[in-house]
Amino acid sequence: MTDVSLPAAARGRSLWADAWNRLKANKAAMAGIWYLAFMAVLCIVGPWFTPHDFTTIYQDYTRVPPSLEAYPRPDAIGPAVKDAVKRSRLDLAGWEEKDGKIFITVTSVRPIDERVTRYIDRSDVFRNAQVADKSADGLRMTMSADIRHEYFFFGTDNIGRDLLTRTLTAGRVSLAIGLLAGIVAVAIGVLYGAIAGFAGGRTDEIMMRIVDILYSLPFIFFVIMLVVFFGRNFVFMFLAVGAVLWLDMARIVRGQALSLKRQEYVQAAEALGVSPGGVLLRHVVPNLLGPVVIYMTLLVPQVIILESFLSFLGLGVQEPMSSWGVLISQGAKNIPGATWLLVFPSFFLTTTLFALNFIGDGLRDALDPKDR
Amino acid sequence: MLRYVLRRLLTAIPTLFVIVTISFFLMRAAPGGPFNQEKGLNPVIKANLERVFHLDQPLWKQYLLYLNNLIHGDFGPSYNLPDFTVAELFADSLPISIQLGGSALVLALLLGGILGIIAALHQNKPADYAVIATATAGSTVPTFVIAPLFQLFFALTLKWFPVGGWGDGALVNKVGPVLTLMLPQLAIVARLMRGSMIESLRSHHIRTARALGLSDYSVVIRHALRGALLPIISYAGPAAAALLTGSIIVETIFSIPGVGRYFVEGALNRDYTLVMGTVVVIAVFTIVFNLIVDILYAVVDPRVRYD
Amino acid sequence: MSGRILHLRNVKVSFDTTDGTVEAVKGVSLHVNAGETVAIVGQSGSGKSQLMMAAMGLLAPNGSATGTADYRGANLLSISKSRLNGIRGAKITMIFQEPMTSLDPLYTIGDQLSEPIRKHQRLGAAQARARAIEMLRLVHIPEPERRMGSYPHEMSGGQRQRVMIAMALANNPDLLIADEPTTALDVTIQAEMLELMASLQQRFGMGMVFITHDLNIVRRIAHRVYVMRHGEVVEEGGTAELFANPKHAYTRALLEAEPAGRKPPAAPHARKMIDATDVRVTFRIGGGFLSGPPLELRAVDRVSMTLRQGQTIGIVGESGSGKSTFARAVLRLLPSEGTISFENRPIQNLTRGEMRPLRRELQIVLQDPFGSLSPRMTAGQIVTEGLLVHEPSMSRAERDRRAAQALEQVQLDPSLRNRYPHEFSGGQRQRIAIARAIILKPKVVVLDEPTSALDRQVQKQIVDLLRDLQQANNLSYLFISHDLAVVRAMADHIMVMKDGRMVEQGTPEEVMEHPREDYTRRLMAAAFAR
Repeated sequence: MTDVSLPAAARGRSLWADAWNRLKANKAAMAGIWYLAFMAVLCIVGPWFTPHDFTTIYQDYTRVPPSLEAYPRPDAIGPAVKDAVKRSRLDLAGWEEKDGKIFITVTSVRPIDERVTRYIDRSDVFRNAQVADKSADGLRMTMSADIRHEYFFFGTDNIGRDLLTRTLTAGRVSLAIGLLAGIVAVAIGVLYGAIAGFAGGRTDEIMMRIVDILYSLPFIFFVIMLVVFFGRNFVFMFLAVGAVLWLDMARIVRGQALSLKRQEYVQAAEALGVSPGGVLLRHVVPNLLGPVVIYMTLLVPQVIILESFLSFLGLGVQEPMSSWGVLISQGAKNIPGATWLLVFPSFFLTTTLFALNFIGDGLRDALDPKDR
Repeated sequence: MLRYVLRRLLTAIPTLFVIVTISFFLMRAAPGGPFNQEKGLNPVIKANLERVFHLDQPLWKQYLLYLNNLIHGDFGPSYNLPDFTVAELFADSLPISIQLGGSALVLALLLGGILGIIAALHQNKPADYAVIATATAGSTVPTFVIAPLFQLFFALTLKWFPVGGWGDGALVNKVGPVLTLMLPQLAIVARLMRGSMIESLRSHHIRTARALGLSDYSVVIRHALRGALLPIISYAGPAAAALLTGSIIVETIFSIPGVGRYFVEGALNRDYTLVMGTVVVIAVFTIVFNLIVDILYAVVDPRVRYD
Repeated sequence: MSGRILHLRNVKVSFDTTDGTVEAVKGVSLHVNAGETVAIVGQSGSGKSQLMMAAMGLLAPNGSATGTADYRGANLLSISKSRLNGIRGAKITMIFQEPMTSLDPLYTIGDQLSEPIRKHQRLGAAQARARAIEMLRLVHIPEPERRMGSYPHEMSGGQRQRVMIAMALANNPDLLIADEPTTALDVTIQAEMLELMASLQQRFGMGMVFITHDLNIVRRIAHRVYVMRHGEVVEEGGTAELFANPKHAYTRALLEAEPAGRKPPAAPHARKMIDATDVRVTFRIGGGFLSGPPLELRAVDRVSMTLRQGQTIGIVGESGSGKSTFARAVLRLLPSEGTISFENRPIQNLTRGEMRPLRRELQIVLQDPFGSLSPRMTAGQIVTEGLLVHEPSMSRAERDRRAAQALEQVQLDPSLRNRYPHEFSGGQRQRIAIARAIILKPKVVVLDEPTSALDRQVQKQIVDLLRDLQQANNLSYLFISHDLAVVRAMADHIMVMKDGRMVEQGTPEEVMEHPREDYTRRLMAAAFAR
């Protein structure tokens, strides 16, 4: 071959680059992306840094309101001391607080077993209980203990679990279900819709008739039935939710496939002798990607809502695992006394849904060829 | 037109049949039964109960029996509320769900429609942005968040309304459920209306109407709005079917004895007949409202013809 | 001056877009006298439509206009909406390019005709109806009483445009603004419509502004002409004078843009490239589970053709005449009956796979320069896609070299080959589409309205390019167009099609100067009337 030097070719601006630029200019969508990333990192990493485990129960701190200050409150120490001593069946002679330590003096009619410090430790308020002083007859003893400072920034729930940790771990579950069930639905929908659209004719007619019939099934009720009758299983949740939400995707993809088939550039490719595989690879897939991405981002919040809805009814994620829907459901049952149980998970769920919607709208505006 | 309606109703029968069949066998494929729940139940009594309800017979016989009853309009007895038939339960609960859902739908269509028109006429101006923000919020915040928040502020804090209950249909009891049912619908209607109205206002025949010096009223209401109504009509059909047959969430949160709540309880208790009945009722509503939508379409748009 | 009905002074129109403010009209002054027809000529994007839209208060919400539009002492750009609504529709009326969508699909013709009559003349329902029927009769709508109850979708494009004219004239306006009213219509109907408008104008004694890109129409009906380009008037004057003695370079270019020249005929016994006999194409519409047997539509009915090496056969006909369908059937892109052979080899029964090697010899260039290029591929990728199929062993670098070469052949800068279609103009895109076809060194190229979506000037360049390529490569063309001026410049043999049948064929001279069939005569009269 002759070596002809080619003029340097200027780089073009692809539609993807265009779309990305438009997306970057969309403040709401960008804020949504950052917020979602922040939320994802927070939920995934956060629980390792919170001072509590999501299953740990603090019996002394049931339904304590959210606070930036440490528990116990000074006025709560006295009752806690009384409770602990009462459980050890000794008589409380007096207590005092000194240098962050607490000294409890107890008496009894029988000699005191030194192991009673365990009763003090068993309280969520104290730790490192030791015998500080014991009278010779063993009927009077002074114990020292450290006060355990616990932080509950979001308060605790009905049985004394830290709401912050639980909200974050619930976020993991909600986001994971949203993403996975979303992918399941998109995968089924794209495959089904693309086959129907490209096969056309009788195949298309039958496949879409099936979709129509599935549409006329009362779908919420169907999910509930599936979940109720087949057990409340985490994996099954994906399948049930994904299996229901693929219908829209199938319709969208079929419509796109049909209209792509009629595009002049597809006809031109056929006139060049390009094989069906080549048409699919070079012309159809790149042009289908946009609508699929848009629909996917709009599907994820739908899935999260559906999962939360099922969990709200007690049909979804089961204890001790939780999702935002589970927490909101518990919050709704406790509203007169403990509003924070409703407010924090609701805030997390709602803001995440907003972020997802902004991203979806932004992607649609960025990728939709209509405004070109 | 009449022939079309009859044909549509005829084609609805196979659809209903498919739905009933799928639901029936799906439900029966699941482990457990209506009388396995209470562990203390004497096996003899359990066997008796199952015989009474024909649950001891082969599945296909039960299926045919159910179909036969259904054709004769008999939904059967409720397994869990043995004093009632399913039809009686519906007679109590369906009017309640229809009242709530119907009010919510009418309000959502009216208010949402008006908001959408206002937004479309003031595109990219403050009024438009306000409507968009409302619609975004309304369609993003889930009902099971709004409903408890409503209870918290308006019922518990301000004490304007009761927290829940039907209260024999007193107005104050309806406000919360209707509002929470309405809000997401209103948001969707407002968005749809805005979009289709903007498109309609951009169309060439609106330009013609303006060029002919017709008044704003005639241009917007007579010409633009009528065309813009079509997407709303197709949305309203399925929405009506869903709303009128009761909302699980709203009825659960506000303790309303409607169809949605019965369904959840029925499903949890394996009350086969009640669940099947609900599915049938919802399917019938869906079919009927889809038909109404198609008829309305032909009324509004002369290009649509059914022969 | 009493005769001056509309006087625009320094009118500017701008639009707020996301990319900033766009000035569509940059200070235009013009006037229309009573009873006079004024043409505003320009290519798409020259601002000619927006100028008159501004005067009618019909700009899109993001548009705004400054300057004055004086109608009998009232500045249309600043008077209140209710005063404006008293003038437009009554004194000044406007008809538009899109006959299919300019009427409200949801109301009957009678409703739509009566509404402005009742509003502006304050007539009762019965009187308005009578006037509406009178107007329908005036625009030659058959059975006007019955048509009053028809909906727009029940009428043809030409009839709808007549209804539009009836609506515009019903209130005896002083001025009618017609924005490309015939562009979307078939040529024979175009001619009837222009005659109708001219006769009505005389009858009503009104002024008329005729916005168009078509110089033939201008020459036929206008008294005076304004030539617009990039939002400015570059030249104005009496029609005869302007056509005889254009001053501005742009006007001259426009007048010369009509494709000129003739193609010398191919050797009469040159090699037969394509021989098609009795080609039939049938479409089946509908049919399904419940809808009964499908409707059969004969799109092409026994058409025969012989295309020789170096020859260009022009196929002319109005929309729906089956000319595109026939060409696609010949290339075996559509199933058909009859016999088709390529270089004396029958190809009508070849499978898709067997056709593939022949595809490089048989190429097609489609009409729409925006739709025929895949939006997500670069120009280079588009042009070389055929090489992937027919020369799969070619290296990437070699393909790139061939792409650059092909672009050079169609007179495009090869350094643009990494750009995407949306970064090119319509004419450039059509060049890319041509490059895609010729890179395979085909023997036969079907050109399906390759110039129809382009402005006149660009059209001329593409015609020249196609002729040069034909000479250089000894190509055979099947050239499909509804535009007879272009066909005359391209083809050495012409086939006229109507309703799926070939009604006449012959050399351009035979068909155009001495048509035998009545239909051909009407077609030619409409296209070349002077």
